[in-house]
Amino acid sequence: MQVTVTVNGEEHTSEVEPRLLLVHYLRDHLGLTGTHWGCDTTNCGACTVWLDGVPVKSCTVLTAMASGHEVRTVESLEVDGVLDPVQQGFMQEHGLQCGFCTPGMMMTARRLLDDVPDPSEQQIREGISGNLCRCTGYENIVRAVRWAAEHPATEEAPA
Amino acid sequence: MQTPASFEYERATSVEQALALLEQHGPEACLVAGGHSLLPMMKLRLATPEVLIDINELPDLGYVRVEGSEIAIGALARHVDLLASPVLREHYRIFEEAEHVIADPIVRNRGTVGGSLCQADPSEDLSAVCAALGARLVIQSAAGRRTVEARGFHVGPYETLVGPAEMLVEVRLPIRPGAGSAYQKVERRAGDYAIAAAGAFVVLEGGMVADVGVGIAAVGAPQFTAPGAEDYLRGKEPSEPHLAEAARLAAEATAPAVDQRGTVEYKRHLAGELVRRALRSAAARAAGQEG
Amino acid sequence: MTVTDTENTGSTEPQLSPAGNPMGFGRMLRKEDVRFLRGHGHYVDDVQLPGMLYSAILRSPYAHARIVSIDTSAAEAHPKVRAVITGATLEGLNLAWMPTLSHDVQAVLATDKVRFQGQEVAFVVADDRYAARDALELIDVEYEPLPPVMDATKALDPDAAVIRTDIEGKSDNHIFDWEAGDAAACDEAFAGAEVVVEQDMLYPRVHPAPIETCGTVASMDPITGKLTVWSTNQAPHAHRTLYAIVAGIPEHKIQIISPDIGGGFGNKVGIYPGYVLAVVGSIVTGKPVKWVEDRSENLMATAFARDYHMKGRIAATKDGKILAVQVDVLADHGAFNGTAQPTKFPAGFFHIFTGSYDLQAAHCKVTGVYTNKAPGGVAYACSFRITEAVYLVERMVDVLAYELGVDAGELRMKNLLRPEQFPYTSKTGWEYDSGDYPRALRKAMEIAGYDELRKEQAEKRERGELMGIGISFFTEGVGAGPRKHMDILGLGMADGSELRVHPTGKAQLRVSCQTQGQGHETTFAQIVAHELGIPPEDVEVIHGDTDNTPFGLGTYGSRSTPVSGAAAAVVSRRVRDKARIVAAAALECSPDDLEWTQGRWSVKGDPEQGRTIQEIAMLSHGSLELPEGVEGHLDASVVYNPPNLTYPFGAYICVVDVDADTGKVHVRRFIAVDDCGNRINPMIVEGQIHGGLAEGVGMALMQAIAFDEDGNCLGGSFLDYLLPTALECPSWETGATVTPSPHHPLGAKGVGESATVGSPPAVVNAVIDALKPYGVRHADMPLTPCQVWLAMQGRPARTDLALT
Repeated sequence: MQVTVTVNGEEHTSEVEPRLLLVHYLRDHLGLTGTHWGCDTTNCGACTVWLDGVPVKSCTVLTAMASGHEVRTVESLEVDGVLDPVQQGFMQEHGLQCGFCTPGMMMTARRLLDDVPDPSEQQIREGISGNLCRCTGYENIVRAVRWAAEHPATEEAPA
Repeated sequence: MQTPASFEYERATSVEQALALLEQHGPEACLVAGGHSLLPMMKLRLATPEVLIDINELPDLGYVRVEGSEIAIGALARHVDLLASPVLREHYRIFEEAEHVIADPIVRNRGTVGGSLCQADPSEDLSAVCAALGARLVIQSAAGRRTVEARGFHVGPYETLVGPAEMLVEVRLPIRPGAGSAYQKVERRAGDYAIAAAGAFVVLEGGMVADVGVGIAAVGAPQFTAPGAEDYLRGKEPSEPHLAEAARLAAEATAPAVDQRGTVEYKRHLAGELVRRALRSAAARAAGQEG
Repeated sequence: MTVTDTENTGSTEPQLSPAGNPMGFGRMLRKEDVRFLRGHGHYVDDVQLPGMLYSAILRSPYAHARIVSIDTSAAEAHPKVRAVITGATLEGLNLAWMPTLSHDVQAVLATDKVRFQGQEVAFVVADDRYAARDALELIDVEYEPLPPVMDATKALDPDAAVIRTDIEGKSDNHIFDWEAGDAAACDEAFAGAEVVVEQDMLYPRVHPAPIETCGTVASMDPITGKLTVWSTNQAPHAHRTLYAIVAGIPEHKIQIISPDIGGGFGNKVGIYPGYVLAVVGSIVTGKPVKWVEDRSENLMATAFARDYHMKGRIAATKDGKILAVQVDVLADHGAFNGTAQPTKFPAGFFHIFTGSYDLQAAHCKVTGVYTNKAPGGVAYACSFRITEAVYLVERMVDVLAYELGVDAGELRMKNLLRPEQFPYTSKTGWEYDSGDYPRALRKAMEIAGYDELRKEQAEKRERGELMGIGISFFTEGVGAGPRKHMDILGLGMADGSELRVHPTGKAQLRVSCQTQGQGHETTFAQIVAHELGIPPEDVEVIHGDTDNTPFGLGTYGSRSTPVSGAAAAVVSRRVRDKARIVAAAALECSPDDLEWTQGRWSVKGDPEQGRTIQEIAMLSHGSLELPEGVEGHLDASVVYNPPNLTYPFGAYICVVDVDADTGKVHVRRFIAVDDCGNRINPMIVEGQIHGGLAEGVGMALMQAIAFDEDGNCLGGSFLDYLLPTALECPSWETGATVTPSPHHPLGAKGVGESATVGSPPAVVNAVIDALKPYGVRHADMPLTPCQVWLAMQGRPARTDLALT
């Protein structure tokens, strides 16, 4: 079947099997390998992307369902060479080690901060509770999100 | 990664069209909304529908609103919509408390009320909430709409009254002025299915329980309810001994199955404890206290 | 929250490089983050090659069954299928079995029978991943079920089914008996002891479960005969040798590339059947073949960890002087003995069950048995079974405290080794290099506010509330070899390193170890900066590619810093020595007249006369007449053979609240004071510790892989095998003491596994402490709400079996 999906602002029209999972479309068809996957059961959150502005687990969304919709992935966070505050926070606070959960974690965190610009530690922990990390014990991820909250992008910076 | 078997995909743009597609493709067709129950089953190839009918695009089924003396929830309302709904927060705190512990925030962005109820997982929290509140569920087919009681919706594990060419379209809840409600759940870890969970509402008149509903998930309570506990409590003061006895009756009526979440004995004990806590909290709220 | 012992950070304030990085040790942001943050990491499933095919494995639904027949005709007829391989195909190639790392063999694809649920039975290569999975459903296997051996305690019963009928003459499920320590001395100590306490305990089977599963892309060039393998592996050079042995491909024609790895934790040490099958698939089809397992395959079939049934005994005086520890272990190794450990150590480094205490005697016996479960055994950040050892001794100390009615903190303080006893030889023969144990414990108790916590606990107990405080004190032993004692399949555990300084003074460091998130690209550049004065941003660390790095044994057992880190320091010093000769030639003086300060050789007493390392680099490549003994260019290589393990240690305190009516545990606080010697990059060290602490919460409270009596794996997905989320983890409170290793060139010790080793007993001790009013002395992990409730009823469950 034919699908048309807008990914990171760019429209893609492709011929795919109806059963193609969105995570595989992004990775195998569009080459956007920044989105990872780590389980089959919507537990780990490594595949988290935005669908129409909302974080979803792309291992459990069909590409067909995303047709006509907008998807945003980790590759869109950096704009014109400027890292998103969330990306900067993860670097500054050592919020990543192996880097595998990081893209999904950052997509979740970005949306969390859009909704709650000044989250408490508990709000951050709840917000990322659908994203598993095996390396960091979450401590520095929480600090990274706090860092981003404390260093929001200036208005002049590209959105 | 696990991948589903092949199927045909149809996207419905109206309820009528979705029902027509169900009619057309017969029992091997399946509706999909959030897909968070169905797609993992399909990846395991435990579910192999020949046709998947995507109902995410159906307009105007994502509402939560007051209609007269009832609250109406569209079947496509996402868990996150229920969690954030001011209407539900005002009338039934049980929703916020239950939704807060359903899966995780990202799954809640996608999963729907209708999908959760129709999946009919014995651990499903919203089934217990609807049972506790005495919800009525609106099922639509080409022939029209019918309304059934939530306490009768489940005909077995993973089986409901929704027929092959039918669709759950709405949940309706009676508004009970002054009702207090609450939800209690114990899981092995955040996002895990409940070991046991219990929800309750209480309406007080003159310090006595005038109306009460109890819902229980994950421990084999018939229709997710505990009518014996409710009957016992009606007309009584919500005192600790009475709550304890209601909890005991509720626990007695459960039929838990052993699994790695717990033994039969523990689950029954836990169900009782959570019923007690939910009732205690609901009664306190009904009395205007924070509970 | 972080509290650092400022008097003892082990490093002085470093100078800053032009990019603002420390010119040596200190907090430095990670170089690798630049790609990871942009989604530009390159993991194995990101590898795309022209013409690449995809594969999938058909696995056994049974734990123990005879294979009657396999019909692959329907799968072969699938239009997108390129090859279907069965055990029979492999038998023809003499590849049906492969050696394990413990001198056993393991089936690549089952031929005679299947021996665990999830075992590999057939392999399909197809045009795409979906078609490969579809074809699995078309393979028809007829099984004749056999009785499975699922309870390790019954594996040696006379009527137990014999699992390894492939081994000629095998008539039981026994693998090995092994012992350490002095049995007679131990018996004597126990016979004379005033107090003897016994406790059975299980360290359940767990799985490392990195978020990235295991996978590989194998590409055999049919023209040149060169095999290139991209795979998730922590030890690329060892893998290359093993492929050569297993597949008979000449080793110089094999290139192993470890791309970015999404967490390893020991899961990615061994070679799995899927890796070998992808190679076979590539040879058969002439195309590159990708195989990446799904999560269930990862949990059900790749290296598990632990599964130690331990019977501990501790002897002491009435006033709490610990005299001896004795332990009998029944070790469940699964269907094949595939533990990844040095050859002479069938129970890994379990000897370190003597812990951190001054004992008179110690003895242990370990019996390994086969069961119908997945193979593995040493994995999951365990430092070759020191995890089990520390759990045993730290639980036993708490059990003793319970029986004596004394405070567990005081009991430990009374028995810890004293600083003046180092270097200390343990009763099982291990030489602990350095330590100040009481200082670390005191510090942890200070951060925790231990006395206040005990007061709070007493008040809560009065009210019937359950609060627990758990302590563990661990001694780790990491950084294997030396090579004469330690080898993997005959490969001595020493690591090479090569350093090239280019003419403009920029450098490339080549190392044999393989990061899985530990930040080697940053830390190793800091080591070169520290030794040579080349800014860390000017040092590129090259790793994970056997064609481009020197031989070495890889990253596991916390050995990167102790071994490869030492190699990086030594190779830098060799370059520095060479630079001295070049500088002397340029300055027309004797090398002996020069002194090294901050990246520069200068004339003693005349510091103006000197050459920076960058200047020397250009001179080394230029037209300067070089003296005898220097050939030009500025490079060096080394093989570092560690003289001993390094012995990091730490004191951990966990505070929990337990809901008495539901059994639910809430970890309120966790205080961790770690001593890993000098810290090269404290930020990275702390990150390593954080991760390990979360593992402790996971293992103590939720992670376990149990089996039902029919042989079904009850932890085969993330729905059933629970990993902690951010909500179960408290905000870690860390502190540090620094006792440098006397034998490591940088005074450093490994740290990657310390917290995973040390934290589980702290959490368990805390929960059991909370349950003291109920008379609970022990309950096995994981302490789920149900297990806690059962323990309060006086009958905790066996957590290796299905609940009944």
